[in-house]
Amino acid sequence: MLRAIGATALALGAAFAALFITERPVAGQAAQANTYKAPRLADGRPNLNGIWQALNTANYDLQAHVARPAMALRPGPVVPVPAREVLYLGAVGSVPGGMGVVDGDDIPYKPEALAKKKENQEKWLERDPEIKCYLPGVPRATYMAYPFQIFQSQSQVFIAYEYAGAVRNIFTKDPGPAPVDSWMGQSVGRWEGETFVVVATGFNDQSWFDRSGNFHSDKLKVTERYTATSPNHLLYEATIEDPETFTRPWKISMPLYRRIEPNAQLMDFKCVEFVEELMYGEWRKTPLPR
Amino acid sequence: MRYQLPAGIAAATAVAAFSIATVAGQGGGKTPWGHPDIQGLYNTAWLTPLERPAKVDAPSLTPQQAAAAEKAAADQRQRRALPSDPTRTAPPFGGDGSTGASGNVGGYNNFWIDNGEEYFSVNGERRASIVVDPPDGRIPPTTPEARKRQAARFAAPTADAAENIATVTRGAYDNPEVRPLAERCILGFGSVSGPPMHPVLYNNFKQIVQTPTHVMILVEMNHDARIIPFSKTHGPNTNRKWLGDSIAWWEGDTLVIETTNFTTKTRYRGATEDLKVTERFTRMDDKALLYRFTIDDPATWTRPWSGEFPFVMAKAGEQLHEYACHEGNHSFTGILKGERLLDGERAKGIKGSAR
Repeated sequence: MLRAIGATALALGAAFAALFITERPVAGQAAQANTYKAPRLADGRPNLNGIWQALNTANYDLQAHVARPAMALRPGPVVPVPAREVLYLGAVGSVPGGMGVVDGDDIPYKPEALAKKKENQEKWLERDPEIKCYLPGVPRATYMAYPFQIFQSQSQVFIAYEYAGAVRNIFTKDPGPAPVDSWMGQSVGRWEGETFVVVATGFNDQSWFDRSGNFHSDKLKVTERYTATSPNHLLYEATIEDPETFTRPWKISMPLYRRIEPNAQLMDFKCVEFVEELMYGEWRKTPLPR
Repeated sequence: MRYQLPAGIAAATAVAAFSIATVAGQGGGKTPWGHPDIQGLYNTAWLTPLERPAKVDAPSLTPQQAAAAEKAAADQRQRRALPSDPTRTAPPFGGDGSTGASGNVGGYNNFWIDNGEEYFSVNGERRASIVVDPPDGRIPPTTPEARKRQAARFAAPTADAAENIATVTRGAYDNPEVRPLAERCILGFGSVSGPPMHPVLYNNFKQIVQTPTHVMILVEMNHDARIIPFSKTHGPNTNRKWLGDSIAWWEGDTLVIETTNFTTKTRYRGATEDLKVTERFTRMDDKALLYRFTIDDPATWTRPWSGEFPFVMAKAGEQLHEYACHEGNHSFTGILKGERLLDGERAKGIKGSAR
């Protein structure tokens, strides 16, 4: 039953999405039109240092979607209603709509991968690694509802994310294939004029792209482009390649906003302790009602 | 982890390590904006203990003493690396009674252990301890108040237990929150993330990145980025942080980091949340920094105390890998679940189940 409702919600979302597609500017054009030159670091490179944050609903769903009552739904007597597990969150647990961040709004899954994506979405509560406070992977770390900080010097680039204290060192020289798979992958950066290009590989197959079950295999390669478009904006583009999961490369793009508050900083968000009741509560000496 | 990679991979990663290492290799250099450049990937694994052992009566080891200690450690590594005896009998029921992981029934094997191979040298002296002040190399006595706090923690389980307390206190396995922070994958063990940042059994890499406004120190375990602004004033004490609130400034060529506004959770060696830690990074040579820390918490120790040890540039082939602790913490379920099984056995009076 839940499956059927999920499919209905998806179909509905897709229908609305189709309406929006023609309205979306193509990010590539935006990049080409960008003539802004960022302030330079002392070594002459564009200075991307700072705290940045996306302001969109991509972490709910990369694709266009309308608002809905909850991430997890069950059939109601009239319309789908929030699943028992999230019912008490009320409007706080509802999903805001968004125009989507995927070029053409199409994620080109292979047929079997699309089936898995749908299954992921139906089993979101059990499967989304974010629910268990697992490391977010790339590009998801970029557009979660938490800021991240770029540290850029003449020789090193490093990104720290508030969510789960995730981190990425961006190698400035290619060390060759990653020796081990990891959640955050291995990243190698280079400058192309105004744009910092990061190629990330060496991922495991555990992270997701959003709360809607969009996923990848360990063959994932993400090519990110960070381009300043004003003193307080970056254009973020990420091309996703994974021949095991997708029929062709696809791309997302979005602006990133500088956190300009004088006291802006990454706050502690060690969510491991926040999920202990969920993950281990049943093994307390005296378990709480679940 | 710093382990031996297959040759092909080692060759590939050597390039990576070098690309970082060249930064530190500019020893004495400046960043383009004029700060001393201390960036790079560093190893902090040392055999040198925090405190001077009772049997050592000088602040430094003689070359003979150091050589003997290092050889003993090397011999131990070699023994541990030998294949297990397939005909050995099972360890004694409940372990052999020793402290530490699993009562010596088998916790970490040699592959995981990476606690250094040498006693470090400062000013040509093979130091006998990390602690240098007081000059006897011993942490000063704790205050009566601190001893009272510590005794209370042994008497009853508290949230966020210290590592050495958690396994012996009655009720220590009743709830996940009373297990040690490291076991729960919230922080690395042994104050590896600090401050002060201590050498521990493994995962001793640190990466330093500088910008005109910040210094970032990545602690390998558990991927903790210490984000430190150049500032003279701390944030409000309403924003207490896991690793404290750190600010930095330069005193000549020395980077000074001052940290306060800790939480009540980490309790470094029994310290209070009002602990103040001052860290100093000074270049020793083109391959190493001297890291010095001063601990000040009048509610815990009768006087401030300090320690120091080198951060040494990582060698070619050494690379910092992601330490995804929580994501692989399957044993934590086992620890609690195992205790519930024991609860059941205790209720039935089964021999050996009593704690």
